Amino acid sequence: MKKTQLSLTVNGNTHTLASIPGETLADLLRKRLHLTGTKIGCNEAECGACTVIMDGEPVLSCSTPAERADGKTILTIEGLAKTPLAPAGHSPHFQGKWEETEGGLHPLQEAFVSHGAVQCGFCIPGQIMTSYALLEKNPNPTSDDIRHALKDTICRCAGYPTIENAILAAAESLRTGQPVEGPDIPDSALEGQTVGKLKVRPDGVEKVTGHAIYTDDLIFDNMLFAAVKRAGVPHAFVRKIDVEKARSAPGVVSVLTAEDVPGENIHGLVTLDWPVMVGIDERVRYVGDAIAIVAAESQEAAKAAVELIEVEFDLQPVVGNAVQAREEGQPQIHEKGNLLKHIKVRKGDPEIGFAEADIVLEHTFHTPAHDHLFIEPECSIAVPEGERMLIYVGSQIPYQDRTQVARALGWDEGRVRILGQLMGGGFGGKEDIAGQIHAALLANATGRPVKLLFDRHESLLVHPKRHATQIKVKIGAKKDGTLVAAKTELYGDTGAYASLGEKVLTRATTHSAGPYIIPHVHADCYAMYTNNPPAGAFRGFGVLQSAFAIETVLDMLAEKLGLDRIELRRKNALRVGTETSTGQVMRESVGLVECIDKVSGTMCQVSGLSRDELFQARRVPDAEHLVRAWGFASGFKNTGLGGGADDCAGAEVELYEDGLFEVRSSSAELGQGLVTVMRMIVAEELSVPAEQVKVLVMDTDLTPNGGPTTASRQTYVTGNASRLAAKTLREAITATLAEKYDQAPDKIRFEDGNVRVNGHSLTMQEVYSEMKAAGKDPRVLYDYHAPATTPLGTPGDMHVAFSFASQAAEVEVNTLTGEVKVLRVIAANDVGHAINPLGLRGQIEGGVVMGVGHALLENFITKDGMVVTDRMSRYRVPSIVHTPEIIPIVVEDPASDGPYGAKGVGEIVLIPTPPAITNAIYNAVGVRFDTLPVDQEKLLWAMRNSSGSAG
Amino acid sequence: MSLWKEYLHPKTVQEAVEALASSPAPAIPIAGGTDLMLDLQQGNHTPVHTLVDLTGILELHALEIRGEKLFIGAGVPHNRIVESALVREHATSLVESCGLIGGPQVRNSATLGGNVAHALPAADGTIGLLALDAEAEVASPSSRRLLPLHELFAGPGKSTLAADEILVGFYVPLRKPRQASAFCRVMRAQGIALPILNLAAWVERDDEVIRATRIAVGPAGPTPFRALETGKFLTGKAFSEETIAGAQEVLLSEAKFRTSPARATAEYRRELVVVLLKNAFSAAWERAK
Ligand SMILES: Cc1cc2nc3c(=O)[nH]c(=O)nc-3n(C[C@H](O)[C@H](O)[C@H](O)COP(=O)(O)OP(=O)(O)OC[C@H]3O[C@@H](n4cnc5c(N)ncnc54)[C@H](O)[C@@H]3O)c2cc1C
Ligand code: FES
Ligand code: FES
Repeated sequence: MKKTQLSLTVNGNTHTLASIPGETLADLLRKRLHLTGTKIGCNEAECGACTVIMDGEPVLSCSTPAERADGKTILTIEGLAKTPLAPAGHSPHFQGKWEETEGGLHPLQEAFVSHGAVQCGFCIPGQIMTSYALLEKNPNPTSDDIRHALKDTICRCAGYPTIENAILAAAESLRTGQPVEGPDIPDSALEGQTVGKLKVRPDGVEKVTGHAIYTDDLIFDNMLFAAVKRAGVPHAFVRKIDVEKARSAPGVVSVLTAEDVPGENIHGLVTLDWPVMVGIDERVRYVGDAIAIVAAESQEAAKAAVELIEVEFDLQPVVGNAVQAREEGQPQIHEKGNLLKHIKVRKGDPEIGFAEADIVLEHTFHTPAHDHLFIEPECSIAVPEGERMLIYVGSQIPYQDRTQVARALGWDEGRVRILGQLMGGGFGGKEDIAGQIHAALLANATGRPVKLLFDRHESLLVHPKRHATQIKVKIGAKKDGTLVAAKTELYGDTGAYASLGEKVLTRATTHSAGPYIIPHVHADCYAMYTNNPPAGAFRGFGVLQSAFAIETVLDMLAEKLGLDRIELRRKNALRVGTETSTGQVMRESVGLVECIDKVSGTMCQVSGLSRDELFQARRVPDAEHLVRAWGFASGFKNTGLGGGADDCAGAEVELYEDGLFEVRSSSAELGQGLVTVMRMIVAEELSVPAEQVKVLVMDTDLTPNGGPTTASRQTYVTGNASRLAAKTLREAITATLAEKYDQAPDKIRFEDGNVRVNGHSLTMQEVYSEMKAAGKDPRVLYDYHAPATTPLGTPGDMHVAFSFASQAAEVEVNTLTGEVKVLRVIAANDVGHAINPLGLRGQIEGGVVMGVGHALLENFITKDGMVVTDRMSRYRVPSIVHTPEIIPIVVEDPASDGPYGAKGVGEIVLIPTPPAITNAIYNAVGVRFDTLPVDQEKLLWAMRNSSGSAG
Repeated sequence: MSLWKEYLHPKTVQEAVEALASSPAPAIPIAGGTDLMLDLQQGNHTPVHTLVDLTGILELHALEIRGEKLFIGAGVPHNRIVESALVREHATSLVESCGLIGGPQVRNSATLGGNVAHALPAADGTIGLLALDAEAEVASPSSRRLLPLHELFAGPGKSTLAADEILVGFYVPLRKPRQASAFCRVMRAQGIALPILNLAAWVERDDEVIRATRIAVGPAGPTPFRALETGKFLTGKAFSEETIAGAQEVLLSEAKFRTSPARATAEYRRELVVVLLKNAFSAAWERAK
């Protein structure tokens, strides 16, 4: 009955292996067979990333005992391609460079690439294997069949509609033998050869074949595994740490505490307030604080040793929310107190405005913390190499990681090299330090490579979240709807450490009166420390919260005034020549009115209803308990850092001997498609096919500083840097050839990947030789600085550009149970110009779905500083079954300083979704939600009481 | 610190129960592992020494008609139940309940036996089965016994099975003309995948009169709940809005609902049970035509 050996067939190869007690099938595949295409997103049977086919059926390999695979036939993502590709790349020195592999893809793989269903790619093996199993059983699936099959296979990038289309296209190709049909997405209005056209990701093929390497897929010789002893209590002083038992536990090589940190025991993105480890008599500020770190020969040994570390705490009263944090007599969490920053916006005098107003309305809103739930948990590997420390990590800000690791090691920055790896999603949650410093300290202490991988539980406890807020809005208007004054008061819970709290809440504050013309605006925000997990950057960057408040208030106002809610917004919408709340005059690229008009037109068109009927409750025939209505909201979001920061990025473009170009920047690719954009821009500037441009990102030795990948800034700044580097290189080539051939520079033409001069056509290889012969380096580094901005509180432009959006959502409320479904979302986004329409589609779908999640599902709950939602099964994110029909509308009102007129897209896409949904719920059943997420039980009670408000 | 030390692959029921009896303790059976693996991985289950894997035992995979009953092996995964024409014909509520569990990957591994043995008061498969008057077959090293399904449950997460016993399967009476069943549930958008409330109804019609019925509800007490009073009330009455309304009253008075923090209040469950009773009972009634 007992087996000492397992024999299984994987992708056609038979393996006989010793059985290891406790091993899961995922571990066997990943660690023993090095088939790292099978991903671990949760290890708790919730995400589906680990799906493999066992004897023809999809199963979750993370919760299947390896023993069970004995005698079975397994198919993993690596075995799907018709012609097997090269064996899974296990190159530890992967340097963030991707090559395409041609040929032999399964139609599903092909369709996922060509339709743009691949974003960060981490969930994709699971999506494809699950779909494969579906198509094996059902070659002609309906949309419903697909939704049923993919129900529990989560994509946080959430291009679910595209995933569905890709599966349909693959199914068709499999049935007919015809090539896979491409997506039905229009090119942009841009008249480029490459920009504005549909281009697939440079890393798409690797991501659909399982060959894409993420940090945890790397293995180094002699590598140790790390684990972290977390405080587990939200507020306390550490009185005693006993690591003796851990030190002598089997397999343990090193145990470190605060006193072993050779450099400074502190980190932080803006404010240095976050201890690397909390030492004796120091303060624990949240449950995720590190007390000690362990490196051992195996992951299990490291985890077991952590359990043996004994800590004595002197528990302190807990500060559980931002409002409490500001009250008198509360414990002070940091030396400077609980107030991180009081942020103020001052324009005019609201009191004057309110006095002039015909109506003044005031309401208070609450939004919870949210977790990014990128499907790839954080992983860092530190590798000592001579005098240097190499860090392999998926990070949104590689250069900041370098600074922070060096500071803790007490080293020169130059001795640390960050080798950014593919990221399985970030959304803002991979800007702060996760395990980078801890891995480096252990690697430094042991002289061996150290991997520190978070499990989902640790990820949920430790990394910074979205700020929970309380937002009070007071607004004054004339009878005709003209807004005259607004006063807002925000409390933002930045948790135990500042992270990017000040920046995030500044955005929340400056956007708190919405994209509207209001002569008098005062906004006050209290960014407060609490004993909750820190809050930092998260897609939407504070604006998601304030948009929920202001867009709800506008609907309330429209109702009170008896005005059309769309008209009210349109009337007050920012346009060219008007001024934002911070006094910035809009000079161009304000597509808000167009967004509003397009959405309202489309709403009538797709529903067949008149404008008035849209917002009235409609009972579903034959199901009278189901009530439907539409809701509407708008939003705006700055592009770039702004506020006086020098928003700069470097990019380098080089021509190689083989005639290929490479563009390099340390900016981060987190799945959003920056690499595609950089490649398209460089191809456009040099008039070469996109395939002739390679992209290298996220390596602090090889790529110039791209600054943080945040604030929807990469297309703009790194896009500009890439464009200008390419343009400068083109000019250098032109100058060289002009001299050599004695031609006027304007006679030299770049065409179809070649250069024409004097009747000759030179290939880029030849151009390379000409440059070298002329003693010119075919390489240009360009440091781009965005136009100057001014800090909040000073006159001038606070931001280089804004993106605008309007959305309409149609919901269906079950009046018997309180359950809510979002049926359709129409999303119009003014993104300047769409450089990468395929990537933009993914961003829009993903943003809307995330917005649906924030409206209906997601709620990161803490109780007295303890995390309640500490597993993926408790923090629910949207799956394909929550995905509405999404009707995207791209509005192109170009920004003259953006590359080809482009501005940010990553965040604006989700900002109007939650209020569009909650406004629709009100229109359907008369219940106003001023707290997210919508709670079905509260909704039911509110409908019963018909009090018209639910907390 | 591995999750287990020994993993056994018995081929027969007898081998399995003997292994449970004789292996170093704690020794427990594992079927799909969709509950157990997570509990072990997350430290919610006391560490085990021996796992006895039931998936290689053919007898537990049987799904066939035996005399007047449909036999569903404890090791049959939910997807097979959902796809089985036999189960659809004779145990519709079970098809509906098992079809809602997890996604296809979970349903390929998760078994009905595991769902029942876990003994949660609102396990979907269990509630779907409970309305069908099912009997469970239990094997111990020395004997086999049959017992009514509800006698398996001792408390939340606690079954009456001894440490060396396993579930072999379930016997469901074959559906006769004018009999049918249905299952409904309400989930919460946020948080864990267990229903806020679920309900299964079985009914036998005599034209417009309810000849017999059984209602099962979860969670409405420490164990999967049989609404016997509601059944009695309905029996012999003509199907009408009034009858349903009356049954709703009886159900509200006999079921004990609790508030689960961050999931649902008892009051909300009382609202929902009324809706679910009507929906499931009406669906079963229609099918029984
Ligand atoms: C993502 C996800 C979603 C889920 N959704 C739902 C849901 O919607 N509704 C729902 O009800 N459940 C749900 N579950 C729970 C779970 O899948 C089911 O309860 C499942 O049926 C358990 O079966 P198993 O075979 O996996 O049991 P296992 O995990 O193998 O075992 C569970 C317990 O039963 C014991 N056991 C198993 N088989 C036997 C046997 N034959 N005899 C005696 N003891 C036995 C084991 O020792 C263990 O204690 C979900 C689980 C996951 C991971
Ligand atoms: S389901 Fe297996 S890793 Fe998430
Ligand atoms: S592509 Fe699916 S999680 Fe990123």
